[in-house]
Parts: sequence; structure tokens; C-alpha cells
Amino acid sequence: MPKFEPILLANIDKPDSHTLKVYESTGGYRALKKVLAESTPAAFVETIKSSNLRGRGGAGFPTGLKWFFLPKDHPGPIYMCINADESEPGTFNNRILMEEDPHQVIEGIILSCFATRATTAYIYIRYEYPLSYDRLQAAIDECYAAGYLGKNILGKDFALDLYLHRGAAAYICGEETGLIESLEGKRAWPRIKPPFPAVEGVFRKPTVVNNIETACCVTQIAARGVEWFKSIGVPSDPKNPRDPGSYGPKLYCLSGHVNKPGCYEAPLGITCRELIDEYGGGVWKGRKAKAAIPGGISMGLMTEAELDTPLDFAGPGRVGCLGLGTAAVVVLDETVSMVDFLHNSCRFFAHESCGQCTPCREGTAWSLTMLSRIKAGKGRLRDLDLLLEIGDSIGIMPGTTICGLADGAAWPIKNAIRKFRGEFEEYIKRTNPTGYMVNDAVEALPILVGH
Amino acid sequence: MATAERILTDEMIEAIKAYFPRYPTRQAVTLPALHIVNQRLRYVPLAAVVEIAHLLGLAPAEVQDTLSFYGFFKQDKPHGETRAWVCRSIACALRGGEELLDHLCHTAGIRPGQTTADGKVTLEFAECLGACDFAPCILAGDKLVKNVTHEQADQLLKELRGGNHTNGKGQP
Repeated sequence: MPKFEPILLANIDKPDSHTLKVYESTGGYRALKKVLAESTPAAFVETIKSSNLRGRGGAGFPTGLKWFFLPKDHPGPIYMCINADESEPGTFNNRILMEEDPHQVIEGIILSCFATRATTAYIYIRYEYPLSYDRLQAAIDECYAAGYLGKNILGKDFALDLYLHRGAAAYICGEETGLIESLEGKRAWPRIKPPFPAVEGVFRKPTVVNNIETACCVTQIAARGVEWFKSIGVPSDPKNPRDPGSYGPKLYCLSGHVNKPGCYEAPLGITCRELIDEYGGGVWKGRKAKAAIPGGISMGLMTEAELDTPLDFAGPGRVGCLGLGTAAVVVLDETVSMVDFLHNSCRFFAHESCGQCTPCREGTAWSLTMLSRIKAGKGRLRDLDLLLEIGDSIGIMPGTTICGLADGAAWPIKNAIRKFRGEFEEYIKRTNPTGYMVNDAVEALPILVGH
Repeated sequence: MATAERILTDEMIEAIKAYFPRYPTRQAVTLPALHIVNQRLRYVPLAAVVEIAHLLGLAPAEVQDTLSFYGFFKQDKPHGETRAWVCRSIACALRGGEELLDHLCHTAGIRPGQTTADGKVTLEFAECLGACDFAPCILAGDKLVKNVTHEQADQLLKELRGGNHTNGKGQP
């Protein structure tokens, strides 16, 4: 069995773990009291900076640096937005934290607001999490009553209001500037950066957008110290002075074809195979793995041979994936058709593209059109090259879109076709024996189910 | 506007106004207001959009622009007493999510987005409900139904059509 002692998930199995009483009985809010009594905002920013904590939401940007980028001596207000729009397929770690340990989340938010001098914080929570909403709201109410929120928190000259803001089932609201636009009451079209939110964010004021798990890491760093945090994970590359490393515990979501799907806490850097075998009880039904998504569907695919890749911030990139993402591993067993996988992925992104940038709106829609055609036995070998052309040309990386949704749509296309091209060709030849070599323009199938 | 024709009740207006102090702009209350109306009416007709806009000091087009972006709020007619979201994203699809949605559509005789003739249930597909550890799953109103078999889905449909409805959250 795994030997790592869970920290972020330490309390989730206790009865009534979501209540203030239980949270305080396990030492909850002691870190907040300590920091408020002994530290200053600037010093606490330094603490988080020196921990090299990287955001857990997907991009892995150093949290302390994000805070440090806020303008100094700003008259305010400064806003904190907590991103709980967890919508990346395969990802559910934030849901578990909000449902089972909401006070750990809130303590981290209060600490983060103390550090950044934010006086209002919004938790942008996706519509699909009604239990998380109720648990968080109950916890917020308890905090106001106990003096952890409101004016003069713990008797100090520090005030904070914390509100829940409910989304309406749109993936793009998890993109930080899409979230900001949505919070402002507009369509969630991501903004061109710069200006970055730290300079001009929600309501045109300096804003920090942090993830739920990041907030929990802040709580634990405040409670246990920087040395504890840096004793876990993968150190920075000494040859690369700009590498912040991959420190700390991480919540890995494991789902798909494994015996024991679930959210598991392990040190950053555990390999995908260790996660599947030691935590997930291996691939289900005695089968072999064919591939795995390393960190939510937008990160692409690792083949079976690549499963020994460490799941730290640098690992998945070394085997051609987009990155660690949300560290949500979805296992595909040997019976899965890559055509089905890619169709599912393209359908998701065609549905969730916000429509602002043409390459993404058209690229995701056409990739679904082509995958639907291939799946229906009308595919042509040429379609694979057309799909790769889409994959290589949409996204921030080629420079054609405002946000990273398109990169996330492109990666499964690029990885699946480049790593499993033989299977796609075989499928197309088998299902379309008379037409697979056709190069002329063909009509789309009449029925499309993107929207 | 005559009182009798109003869509927003006094209660709804008070609930919406209670959100004003939370934000520095009225426009930020758009989503909360839409949720408040949708919870009570199960849709947000255009007339309600106009009234919300009036309340928030916005042009109706601004509210309609936001509303139409999400694809979440119905406008032509109310959805069923319970809206049941069946997940079709990858983790659920690998464990029979798409077949589950097909099965439910077949049993209920409707397509995703449609409502049963008795007005009890609206079936919807969902993109990742964030409960991949319980795949395949359904969010029926506020209730997450986990590891759903076809038999359990039939049972759920029967319960929902029997009147045990559970609508979405009241508070945005």
C-alpha cells in the first residue's frame, strides 16, 4: 500500500469533517492565528514565494510570484477570485476538498487575502457542484459567526468578505480571464493579456485568481512551514535557474479503466504507472493499459510505454504531452478505440469553445465534423493530415488564439494521431475500403451533435 | 408596465437586490439574477430578461448577451420539474456513459434537451460532472447519482416521474 501520509486529504474521512468544530479540533485556523499574530502581508508573500508553490489549477504558475506581481501601495480594492470552476474532464479533486474539508479551503483563502491585501474574495463555483456549494456556504456562515471573516478578523485591522458566485455550466469560465468576465456579468470571453489580472483584473482592479487546491496548500505551508513543503516532491533543476521545481503533495484524480478510481494524495513526481498500480489497484478486468491522459483531457495522451513518466510539472511535457495540467489521470484499457477517444475529445472542445477566436471556433467544430465522419466509416487517410493541420495551428503556442482552450483541444488530436497513427489508418481503410484514398472535397455528414 | 403582467415577483426582486452589496457593479448580479429567476420559473423568458435589465440598470441586450452565452437557461418554455444531467465526457464514456444516455433517451422517449410529456423530467447531456470516481454518473437536480446501471437509471426515471422531484439550487 502507499506509504505517503496524506496532508491535504488528512481529514476527509472523519465524521462531519466539513464542520468548523471538527476542523478546529484537528488544529484548523491555528495557522491563520499564527500568521496574523506574527507575520506581515509582505513577509507571508515571501514565505509562499520561497516555498516555490506552483498553482494547482493547471498552468503551474508560481503562486508567490503571482501575488508579488500586484502593484505595490495600490489604494485598492484588490480582489481575490478563487477558481472552483473545475470542469476539466477527469478532474474532481477540488470537489472533494470543498465537500469534505471546506474550512481548509477557506483558511487558505483568508491567508491569501491577508498576503495580497484583498478585502473581497469570490469563489467562482461551477453549477454542477451543488453539495460543494452548500458545504462552502455553511462553512462561510460559520466563519462569519466565529470572527474569521468580516471586519477586524481575530481582532486585527484586517477585513475580508467572502462570497460564492455560481457559474452556469461553461468550461471556459475556468480560464482566469474568462472567469473574470463571467463574474462581471458578461459572456465569458477570455481577455488578451497583458494587462494581466494582477494589474487589471475583475472590475478593472488588481486581482489574483487562485485554485482551490492551491489555497489548501497555502494553509498547509502556513501550518507546517516551507521546509516541510520543500521536503516533498521534485527539486528544481540545478542546470536551469528558472525552474521552480515541483514541490509539495498533490492530489491526483484517477479514473477510467482502473480497479479503484478515486482522488489520491501523493508527492509530486510519482509516476503514472505507480499511481495506477499502487493507488488504483491496476487496470480493471485484468487488462493492460493502452494509454492514459496525464492531467485532464487537454493535456493529451501517454502511451503504455510512457507510463513510467513522473507526474510532476516537467514530466508529461517530456513525452510530448502539454503538461501536468490538473493531474487527472484517465486510464484507457487495451480495448478502447482511439477513434472513439478522439471523437469524445473533439466533441467536448467543439461544445466548449467560447467562439471568440475563429481558429478555435472553426478548428474544434471541423475536427469534430471530421472525427464524426471517420467514426461513421466515411473517413479518408487525408483527414488525418487535415486534423494534424488543425492541431498544429490552433492555440496560444502557434499564436492564433487568445486563451489556451485551443491548445487543450489540439493536444489530444496531435498526440492521438501521432502516437496511434497506424490504428487510425487501419480503421479508415477497414471501414471505408472504397473511399479511403479519395482526395476530393466531401460533404459533411448532416447530423452533428456539437451543440 | 402593469403589475399583472410582471414576470418577476416581489420575492424574486428582493432576492436579486440582496446581491447588490456583494459587487461594485450591478452588472455582476446578472448571473445571480438569472439563477434566481430560473430556479423559480425553470426558464428565463425574454420578458424576464427585460425586467432583470431594468433592475440592474442595463440594456436588455446586455443581459440577453450573457444569458445566451451559457446555453444553460431555457427561454422558450420551462424545463421539467427535474433536470437530469447525464455525463458524456471521457471518464464516464469509458464506463458506459454514452450508452446510459442513449438508454435513458430510449426509455423516456425523448432526446437530450427535451422534456417528458408529463413535464416531470428534462434529460440533458453534461460535459464532465466532476464525479469521475463514480462514473458513469447523473446529476438529477441537486442529487448526484453514482455508478449508475441501466436498471438504476430506469428506477431513477420512475422516481422522478412519480413526483419526487428535486430542482436545481435556489441560491446562485
